[in-house]
Formats: sequence, structure tokens, C-alpha cells
Amino acid sequence: MSRRVVITACSAISPIGYGKKDIVANLKAGISGVKPLKDDGLLAGRIHSKVFGTVDYPIAFDFARQFRKTMGPVANYACRVAGDVLAASGLDPDFISSGRLGVAFGSTHGSPTVQRDIYRTFFQQLDSGFSSIGAVDYLRSMVHTTAVNITRMFHITGRVIATATACTTGSQAIGFGYEAIKFGLQDAMICGAADEYDTTTVAVFDNLLACSVAFNKHPEQTPRPFDKKRDGLVVGEGAGAVLLEEYESAKRRGAPILAEVLGFACTNNGGDMILPNLDGITATLQLALANAGLSPEAVDFISAHATATKMGDIIEAQAIAKVYGQGRAPTPYVSGLKGYTGHTMGACGAIELIFTLYMMQEGFLAPTLNLDEIDPRCAMIRHTPACMDADTRVAAVQNFAFGGVNTCLLVRKGADAG
Amino acid sequence: MTREELQERIIAILVQDFEFKNPAPNDHLRDVHGFDSIDAIELLAKIEKMLGFALTREEKEQAMAIRTINDILDYIETMQRKRGLVKP
Repeated sequence: MSRRVVITACSAISPIGYGKKDIVANLKAGISGVKPLKDDGLLAGRIHSKVFGTVDYPIAFDFARQFRKTMGPVANYACRVAGDVLAASGLDPDFISSGRLGVAFGSTHGSPTVQRDIYRTFFQQLDSGFSSIGAVDYLRSMVHTTAVNITRMFHITGRVIATATACTTGSQAIGFGYEAIKFGLQDAMICGAADEYDTTTVAVFDNLLACSVAFNKHPEQTPRPFDKKRDGLVVGEGAGAVLLEEYESAKRRGAPILAEVLGFACTNNGGDMILPNLDGITATLQLALANAGLSPEAVDFISAHATATKMGDIIEAQAIAKVYGQGRAPTPYVSGLKGYTGHTMGACGAIELIFTLYMMQEGFLAPTLNLDEIDPRCAMIRHTPACMDADTRVAAVQNFAFGGVNTCLLVRKGADAG
Repeated sequence: MTREELQERIIAILVQDFEFKNPAPNDHLRDVHGFDSIDAIELLAKIEKMLGFALTREEKEQAMAIRTINDILDYIETMQRKRGLVKP
């Protein structure tokens, strides 16, 4: 069995806004969501990188206590965007609880905020003598907390896929959800990922000398994907959810088709856990094209992973050039959307897909923010030169993670999906 | 602490931390207020802190039979009596 899979709803909470209107406005205006790192009273003072892709606007997490009690900040994000796509979908409650709708959702490591509270109990010996770890602390912090809080809140009874592969968490969730529908295991899937504000992650990358430190006084000027002056990634937070549906049933019920998922590939480098791998990334991009039955010429736009690390951007540019060719048209335009948001970790694949969908719908392409002077070693690909009108029909969303995991999703704009 | 004072404190916890609306002493905790076994564990932790002593595993399992606020008060008084903290 092989069925067509379409995206019929999406929602994102990102450092440059919540929902399409704000996100599109900020992409068009070239507004960064990177802000000064907040003092957490623990790690922030020891971290060299003082910037963070921050969600600094109020969001209503107006969930009933019966749901809130098992949710940390990351699950709040996840349930908010999952609720948005379900509300937008108009799916029948009977279908939602039929077992034919599943959830593929993840985060980098559950809720670090809750985990930190647990550790604080141990190391500061709070409440000595009492069982001071809450009954729900595990449910709030566990690695699949996003997926199962979504199933609980919305009474979803289908399969659960809880991805947890760092920066490919979101793209894997969407890819695995796509495959679940394509092969007839489910008829619809809510897919995506979330990650909350967390200085632990910053400390990890900072320790590896991978974080940006040269723009601490001007957060909006970093990260700088593909730029000569890039000096590392900027950790961020956010969430993204998409509703995937089997094409025929979506069409039958009159659902708005935002895009069709044409193909997906996921590979591992089979070796180093950290270093970007040209062969692994190249193979992933090729596999995705083969999976979609597309030639490279069919792709109009690439949302690059482009974290703004020194080597990562170069290897990705080399892989794109190998697969899509060098130089001008007909090679696809390439943007590194993390220039706007920082690296939203597990959520980045979902958020960057949603940004790409918005740009396709609105007929424009946003360039890589802060790409002022292209690094000559990244210059062989066709960088989106400025914010410009564009009729993007097919787009690729690329993401790569620690552990050597690579993903690529290929989508076609909704108008063509019929 | 009198039973009335104890009831006042327990109701304050149930309203503030468990978001009970208009709790009455004989309300069925689960049916009326959606109070489940996870909530019971959370409440026991708060009761331990309030009383200043830790409950044993067996005592906590006994608490799973609690159905009403009055049951909670009876339970607390039993635990206090066991430790000689209130007169029989």
C-alpha cells in the first residue's frame, strides 16, 4: 500500500511569533527573535554565549488542571500547537478517538525545567525525610511527555511515535508520521516537536565551542548561517505541529490542503556523533528525492539546517551543490531560517517546515538573516538574495542532528497537490 | 489542631493546589472534583509536610481508600494518633 499524504493544518510558536500573521510579518521585515540570555541563577553566569532564541510574548496556556498537572513547559508548547491544528482541522471527535489518528511528537529531552527541579531536590536536600519528588514529575519530564500529553488532552487513541533525536526530532516525527499514513497504518497523524527555554542545552553546546559568543551585545546579529563572520549556533525554543492526512479522505471532507508530503529520508552517518558528514548528508538528500520520485531540478527552495557552526554550514553547502548542482538557476534557492529564530533544537524541523509552508502560501522567500557576506566556502549554492516574491512549488527541509542523524522532507505546495 | 482547623487547612490546599470549586466535606473526591490517584499521591506529600512526619508505604496504601474530605480528616487524625500526637 502506498497512499498520498497531505498537510491540512499547521501551527508554530517561535521566537519570531506565534501563528502565521506574526511569523510572516517578521520573516518579511527581517526581524530576529534572538534575545539576551536570561539569568537562571544557575548556569547562565558560566556560559560564554549570552544569546537565546526566545519566545518572549505571552501565550495562553489555559488548560484545565487535570491536564496541566502532567505538563511541564515543553508539553504546554506541544499541546498548544497540537490543539491549534486540531481546532483548525474540523476533524470529527469520533474520528479523533477512532484509533485512526495518531501522534508523532517529540522533544530533545522532555522538560529540563522539571528535571532541574528534581535534581535540586537531591542536591540541596530539600524536604529531607519526605518523598519530595512529585507524583507527576516523571510524567512532566519524561522524553515522551509531549506526545502523550497531546493524546491525553485530545483523547487520541492511535499510535504514538515519540521521537527524541535532538535536532532531527521534529523532522523525524513528520517523516515517520508521513510513513505511517502512506503505508496505511494510520489515516491521520499530528506531528511535530517542541523544546522549552533551557540553559542546560546552551551549556552543552557552549562547552563544545559550538555556540555563538561574538555577538553577545547584539543578539539580533547572530546566528549568521553561511556568513563569513558566523561563530556558532544560538539555542532557541519553540514548537511546531502539522496535521498530516491521507489525501483522498482529506479531499473528501473538504479539508484545506496546504501541501503534499512527497518524500522523506532519514539516515545515520554510521560513525562520528558530532562532526557533519558530507557523504551521509548527500545520501540523505538523494534518498529523499528518490523517495519522492523527483529530479533535483524539480526543487525550487531548500530550507537548510544551517546552524551557523563553522564546519556544518560548509558541509551542508557542499552536499547541496553535489546533489543540486552548482551555480545559478535552475538550482534551488537556499535559506537558513535559523537566522531568524536561533536553533529551536528538537522543534526546528517542524518550525522550519511551517515557515516554508507559510512562504509558499504567501508567495515569497525570506533570505538567510544576517547573511551579509557569504563565506566563499559556502558560495557555490544559490542563496536567496533578499526577501522576494517567489512561486515555490516544491521545497526541501533539511535537518541534521548530534548522533549523526540526517533527515530531509520534500513537500509540494497545496495548489498543486490535487 | 482541632478537626475544624484541620478541615480548613485541607480545604485550603484542595482549593489552592488542586483547584477544587466549592468543596464540601462529603463530596466524592473523584466524581465531584476529578481527584485521581496521582492527585492522592501529591496530596499525601503535602500532608506529610503539614504534619511534619513521613508516612510509611503501608500508611500511604491505606490512603487509597479515601473517598471524601471527611475521609481525609479521619485518615490524618488516625496517623496522628498512631504517633501519639493527639489524644485518642
